[in-house]
Amino acid sequence: MNAPATFPDSRIPRPDGTLPQRLVVVGNGMAGCRAVEEILARDPARYAITIFGAEPRVNYNRIMLSPVLAGEKTFDEIVINDAAWYADNGITLLSGDAVVAIDRAAKTVIAASGRVEAYDLLLLATGSDPFIIPVPGKDLAGMVTFRDLDDVDKMVRAADSGGSAVVIGGGLLGLEAAHGLSLRGMKVTVIHLMPTLMERQLDEAAGWLLKAELEARGQSILTGADTAEIIGKDGHVSAVRLKDGRVIDADIVVMAVGIRPATALAKQAGLEVGRGILVDDHMVTSDPAVLAVGECVEHRGTCYGLVAPLWDMCRALADHATGAPTGYEGSVTATKLKVSGIEVFSAGDFSGGDGCEDIVMRDAARGLYKRVVVKGDRLIGAVLYGDTADGAWYFDLLRKSVDVSDIREALIFGQAFASGGGALLDPNSAVAALSDDAEICGCNGVSKGKVVSCIARGAHSIDAVRAGCKASASCGSCTGLVESLLAVTLGDQFAGERGARTVCKCTSFTHDDVRRLILEKHLKAIPAVMQALHWSTPDGCASCRPALNYYLVCAWPGEYDDDQQSRFVNERMHANIQKDGTYSVVPRMWGGLTNPRELRAIADVVEKYNAPMVKVTGGQRLDIFGIRKEDLPAVWADLNAAGMVSGHAYGKSLRTVKTCVGSEWCRFGTQDSTGLGVQIEHMTWGSWMPHKFKIAVSGCPRNCAEATIKDFGIICVDSGYELHVGGNGGIKVRVTDLLGKVATEAEAMALCAAFIQLYREQAWYLERTAPWIERVGLEHVKAGLFDDPGAIAALAARFAHSQSFMQDDPWAKRAAGADADLHQHLAEVRPLELAPMELVR
Amino acid sequence: MIGDWLDIGPVSQISPGNARTMPVRGGREVAIFHTLNNEFYALVNACPHKGGPLSQGIVHGTVVACPLHNWNISLKTGEALGEDKGCVPTIPLRIDAGRIYLLRSAVIAPAPAG
Repeated sequence: MNAPATFPDSRIPRPDGTLPQRLVVVGNGMAGCRAVEEILARDPARYAITIFGAEPRVNYNRIMLSPVLAGEKTFDEIVINDAAWYADNGITLLSGDAVVAIDRAAKTVIAASGRVEAYDLLLLATGSDPFIIPVPGKDLAGMVTFRDLDDVDKMVRAADSGGSAVVIGGGLLGLEAAHGLSLRGMKVTVIHLMPTLMERQLDEAAGWLLKAELEARGQSILTGADTAEIIGKDGHVSAVRLKDGRVIDADIVVMAVGIRPATALAKQAGLEVGRGILVDDHMVTSDPAVLAVGECVEHRGTCYGLVAPLWDMCRALADHATGAPTGYEGSVTATKLKVSGIEVFSAGDFSGGDGCEDIVMRDAARGLYKRVVVKGDRLIGAVLYGDTADGAWYFDLLRKSVDVSDIREALIFGQAFASGGGALLDPNSAVAALSDDAEICGCNGVSKGKVVSCIARGAHSIDAVRAGCKASASCGSCTGLVESLLAVTLGDQFAGERGARTVCKCTSFTHDDVRRLILEKHLKAIPAVMQALHWSTPDGCASCRPALNYYLVCAWPGEYDDDQQSRFVNERMHANIQKDGTYSVVPRMWGGLTNPRELRAIADVVEKYNAPMVKVTGGQRLDIFGIRKEDLPAVWADLNAAGMVSGHAYGKSLRTVKTCVGSEWCRFGTQDSTGLGVQIEHMTWGSWMPHKFKIAVSGCPRNCAEATIKDFGIICVDSGYELHVGGNGGIKVRVTDLLGKVATEAEAMALCAAFIQLYREQAWYLERTAPWIERVGLEHVKAGLFDDPGAIAALAARFAHSQSFMQDDPWAKRAAGADADLHQHLAEVRPLELAPMELVR
Repeated sequence: MIGDWLDIGPVSQISPGNARTMPVRGGREVAIFHTLNNEFYALVNACPHKGGPLSQGIVHGTVVACPLHNWNISLKTGEALGEDKGCVPTIPLRIDAGRIYLLRSAVIAPAPAG
């Protein structure tokens, strides 16, 4: 630093002869200049103003850097105040000279050039700094942030030579950077730590839609991806390595993971600083002569990174600085993504929860997702994807805390509809008000007039309308409209109840509809199903998530990524939770057979982990009780070492194949029931099903394996094998139905596989074979297996294909360290008497 | 202020839709949840019904379904939702610069359910 030099006082005396007060502004950005504008608008003569700016240029609109990067605007177009503005208002602009220290006692600031400027009132508007994640390689050439025009210049220059760009951070700024680089011809990969994009502004459903759209535009989006290292070559970035080992080539790496209030100067000057510079409602810091505004401040516990709150702060600041204090009370913020052609809007609190009602509207055909959150009579949050035209209206309702009880029902349809008045509020009246040529069913092109005349001809139920005019016969999303038409046309004659049960309260679709549409529409992820089928909740519930997960596992073997968060605890932990929160562990014993090595391993586990109980189960296995979740992987490793795999006693899956000793030992045995049971268990283990599934093989009609109360039971007779299905020994005992009789083991196994697959493909989630067969009828099951001579082979082949992905011991993966976070505690707290609390990891 | 908060590490330790646990010696185990909507909550890890470990339940919205008997517990208030009645203590939590902080006093002695 040069020697400090104090500049002569150049203030021009006011008409009354007094000198104006000296206002020094640190920061020539949007907040600093806006504050000055607000002050000038109130009292142009009050202050002699000096503005320091670290960037060597006039004040520009930082939020418009994204369009500059995208080539949609030039720098000149985003300048807010040009040089003439500073001159006209008598402002001294010291750009390219950063303030490095404040001497509050002397009331001066010291700049990097050595310049010392005295103040009566100091305004800190230092903004924020990009957050750099501390990974190896972060200082290599070719690493840029996205904060100012210099960063944009670096990106534009890199894009001129083409190649690949990696953007770290899938938030607002990162995606805008990615969009700009992509438009400039670079191959862009976005790396985002969280599983959905813009998770602070969007909910899961909207984040998923955004990802799909960006991918369709050619960007690679890697979510749930944690950066391990920036790899360099000759001092310049060349690639990014992720913690999972993946390496992505990069000629430029943009770090856009977030911002931090720039507080160093304030801290050094001894001002009170939390996350940001602490200010009161008048933007005054802990020193009454120092004000602060913008992204660098913390007001009532909140730091803002958006532009709208800044305007509110500047108004309050100017009111205070000109002697008419009003006060700032915090801002409600809204976000809009500036990526051309993609409309995303969010505002307020959309986390939902107690006392909040979510209203969701999805239109898959138009790619729309709208969600508004209402609490009491007020709108408290909104997320819009695809059409943000009503964003401003929602934001207004939210900010002004307008009572929306009168327009609640119509709220989700937007301003135009909601302002239509009371007649439209009742859905039936809304439908009644539609013109005759209004389209009801988009899939089959059926107008309201056609549906009404179909009803008039005698179709008095949904099914009859579907049969009569095809309305709601395809995707079913217009079922509600057709119901309303039935109600309007028939009046009290229409009972209004739907035939089949819906999956849960989140949807109007039945299990069968959902299963059919998953296949027809090639839906391969839970958010995709929820969007395409107009789910009325943002992320489903504890009923539909596991059901959808199973339906997708069944529909797309090998393609669908199983969603662990949609599985019940037992399936997620691969063990059975007990009332005290510990788990029981059942290793597989094929057909109920075991040997000394397995028994020794089980005995060792029981002793080593102090299992308080071992129990022989009804399915001919040994169940080890009282294992803590953190010990499960070690227990499994020990059992794996003895050759045992998961027994799936915890799953909606094949549980056990129970056998008797059969012709090998029993004097009554007719066939090798034990050997067949072992073979069947090897064929069927590991398969996920709608519900648990039990098999038994008895060697003679004495039926010691109790095959006639199993989901699939085989009773061996002299001439072959009787196959029984749909038995249940639970709350409601049901004896099996005889499916048929076959002569060979191979035929018995093929029919077993085919029956299981039919059940897997057709039953509703959490429906055992017994209620399934009672619902659809044994004849339906037989028709599915026997009508088409190729059906059994085709079903068995689909089962085998699915099994090729399923028969992978889940215990072995956990024992090897997978999903360790599901087992380990985060930490342990051990409060000590004298020392501060200790946290043990 | 900082001294009253216990830093339990980065947010990335808990994947969305999951919960992790923290035993407290001489106290009650705490469950820290990360919702699909990317919010964090901490509760005593015991359902008001039969003490089931809430950390092991399915998280949907701001609700966790207890793994033992499927009671739905609000992550925001700890209260049982729907027909069920009961409440589990919540522990004040805040996120700062990507790290999770729990209110120290509440971790040691959770407020009685109110």
